[in-house]
Amino acid sequence: MSAAVELTDVHVSLGGSHVLQGVSLAAPEGEVLALLGRNGVGKTTTLRALMGLVPHTGSVRVLGQDVSRWPAHRVARLGVAYVPEDRDVFSALTVAENLRLAEQVAAPDYDAVYELFPELRERARQRAGTLSGGQQQMVAVARALLNRWPLLVVDEPSKGLAPRLVSELTDVLARVSATTTMLLVEQNLAVVRRLARHIVVLDHGAVVHQGPVADLDDEDLMRQLLGVSA
Amino acid sequence: MRGRALGITLGAALVALLALVPLIGLHVPWVLPGTVDVVNATGTLEVLALCFIFAGVALGYDVLFGYTGLLSLGPVTFFGTGVYVFDIALSRWGWPLASALGLTVAVTLVLALVLGAISLRVGGIAFAMVTLAFAQAFYYLVEDNPHNLTGGDTGLALSSTRLPALLSGAVSNTRSLYWLALVYLVLAAAVVRVVTTSATGHVLVAVRENEQRVEVLGLRPFGFKLAAFTLSSLVAAGGGVVYILLIGTAVPSAVASTTLTLSILVMVVLGGPGSAWGPVAGAFAYVYLQQYLLKVAAEPSFASLPAVARVPLSQPQFLLGAIFVLFVLFVPGGFAGAVARARARLASRRPAAPPPRGDA
Amino acid sequence: MTVLADLTFSALALSAVYFLAASGLSLIYGLMDVLNFAHGLFMTLGAYAAWDLTTHLASGLGAPTIFALGVGASIIAGAVVAGLTELLLIRPLYGRPISQILVTIGLDLAAVGLLLGGFGSNSLSLPVPLWFFEATHWGALNLPNADFVALAAGIVVLVGLEWFLRRTRYGIIIRAGVENRDMVRALGVDVGRAFTLVFVLGGAMAGLAGLLNSVVFNGDLVSPLQGDGLLIFAFIVVVIGGLGSIRGSAVAALLVGVVQDFSNYYLSSHPGMAEIGNLSVVLLLAVVLEWRPRGLFGGTI
Repeated sequence: MSAAVELTDVHVSLGGSHVLQGVSLAAPEGEVLALLGRNGVGKTTTLRALMGLVPHTGSVRVLGQDVSRWPAHRVARLGVAYVPEDRDVFSALTVAENLRLAEQVAAPDYDAVYELFPELRERARQRAGTLSGGQQQMVAVARALLNRWPLLVVDEPSKGLAPRLVSELTDVLARVSATTTMLLVEQNLAVVRRLARHIVVLDHGAVVHQGPVADLDDEDLMRQLLGVSA
Repeated sequence: MRGRALGITLGAALVALLALVPLIGLHVPWVLPGTVDVVNATGTLEVLALCFIFAGVALGYDVLFGYTGLLSLGPVTFFGTGVYVFDIALSRWGWPLASALGLTVAVTLVLALVLGAISLRVGGIAFAMVTLAFAQAFYYLVEDNPHNLTGGDTGLALSSTRLPALLSGAVSNTRSLYWLALVYLVLAAAVVRVVTTSATGHVLVAVRENEQRVEVLGLRPFGFKLAAFTLSSLVAAGGGVVYILLIGTAVPSAVASTTLTLSILVMVVLGGPGSAWGPVAGAFAYVYLQQYLLKVAAEPSFASLPAVARVPLSQPQFLLGAIFVLFVLFVPGGFAGAVARARARLASRRPAAPPPRGDA
Repeated sequence: MTVLADLTFSALALSAVYFLAASGLSLIYGLMDVLNFAHGLFMTLGAYAAWDLTTHLASGLGAPTIFALGVGASIIAGAVVAGLTELLLIRPLYGRPISQILVTIGLDLAAVGLLLGGFGSNSLSLPVPLWFFEATHWGALNLPNADFVALAAGIVVLVGLEWFLRRTRYGIIIRAGVENRDMVRALGVDVGRAFTLVFVLGGAMAGLAGLLNSVVFNGDLVSPLQGDGLLIFAFIVVVIGGLGSIRGSAVAALLVGVVQDFSNYYLSSHPGMAEIGNLSVVLLLAVVLEWRPRGLFGGTI
């Protein structure tokens, strides 16, 4: 089993603070790896470094290529779909324009996207800025699925969503995970249990634990690592 | 700390040397900017005095640009205010020197507070554009010659009747005006140095680095920015006063144009923003080169050059603009940045000194 | 009434030139955070390119054809120089917005210096068809043809730009990039190409603005400093309209053109108020910023 993502000793400094202090991790191909940790330990920065969105040192390998020095658009075109924290849909653009912007392959799979999110078809001409948080998350995920890319990088998909929407979204991601490698940052441990096979825990900008998702059941360990009882 | 003491000693030695220049009748071929190749010739002293004036203005401007991180495009508003208010009070109204100076300071202060308060409502690029718009309004105002005060495009000559004999614009007084300009530069440098190394100066740098963090500390960035704006304006106005004493005529295109604003910005960037001596070096390089190129272009042998070489070389604006582009692209931090890098390289070659810990 | 109508019409023509100058600046700023000082240069070069071509063409072609070719030359010159500026000077400085501004200032100084050296500071006269100096009579109204041309150009460009921004893929990329450049990149889009494109587009519009400025407001004269003069007003229009907003630029250009023209007409004859038109524009800027610091349409495209 080869790794779809492999970070080795990745460091990031932002505005004078040393946010990532040597992160090394590997996401096995065909599986879902969850990246856990308290707020502010560097989970989002890890994903942004992987995408080439922040300057970093160390090695980043994605889908068999060394992308350490690549600009973000080349990393994405390698086949990496990215759903950022807080969605980052383009609020001045319509839903259809948001999707059109994400088209990178000759035959984007609109059928699959509209099957997963039928609501988006009805709202195609609505400006994304006027959508609810849940609808915006659908746009963000739909953008990421359109190209049927082999790697999906998702940052806190359940953040700020109502419980019913969280479970709907988890269903969608579970279906996608059958065919796609996924790197998932998520605080909602129920979502993690449902989707992930392996977990990696970050603290203070470094990896402090790796193991199977079953480690979440070790209450002492989780309290120590995440400050929560799982 | 040893570096700072060394810097001050070097600066003092340089000032002492420059103060002696009017007494040196040495013949030096080629390099002087005046038409006569003698060190204390009037032309050379005038160019050096201009260097001092713009070095002072550049230092004041850098409080705003280099330290506080505000790109103002309106330093000429205040340089021009210094020129015109002083000139009008002396020449049009016949005021005594001290009253004219007092009025100049008062007008500059009020104008800086009002325009600063308005333009600092916006940040970043919009601030640059708003200060530019005000500077342009100032230009239109003085060009317009309202109530026959400014003389418009024909200019306003400085009347010498109310001036002490030493400062009146006669050629024989270039020497005393030279010293006056040097005193202005030393004063400007001292004030800027004191402010930028004080607690206030550290807040200004903090505003540049992260304005929100300053707010979190319970300080109001606006007040500090306005203070920097006002200080920088006062220094510019002081430069204006010395300028009109030296040059003797106020013309809008020379003292209130956008070109002058851009020149001041170019001086600071060439020398190195946020450094104690960078803007001074930048201003010297700029003014000296500009005047020198003008002299060269006026020489008869120059006219025989082919047009391909003559046209670009006859335009200091072209050469200085091109040098500036090259500096921005290849010499970040200007002279000061280049020197700092060279010293760092030298230090890293010397194994005896232990490397500083922490921020490698 | 007719004075009012004539005045409104000339104000509209002025607004059209301001819009052409400002919309490119605004797009460049909105997408790239670059305050482009070389925009004045693009305008000046547009006018010079038209002058150079039209004075070298055989007069047998006929004045209208020659002028049309001149228009093409101004657009192409502006676009090419702007594209090269982006590729050679702006691109190496990505991520350093202040340096990008400085490099455009240096370019403007150097190139204007070169123009002054090459052509002298005197103005050159553009050959313009006589039709431009005539007026169309509508009832009691006397509407100068040159104003019609400026207004038509402004409207065509506004409509074309709106179409481009809303209907084409690059238009969508530009609008998205104004909002969040990083996310556009993360979707696999090479934003760098959009950067070059907005410079080319902005330069084309600036070149045309420079030519029209000469024809409509400068008595057919071309001079090395004309673009820098126009640039200040373009900056004011961009700030009033809101940085990055095309519709904002259009509305602000109208506002600035009307305020300037009307105050000029009604007030400038009073003693000491010859520059009142220009001053009132700066006053307008101060008022708008007090009221809305982000401009009229700040944040939307």
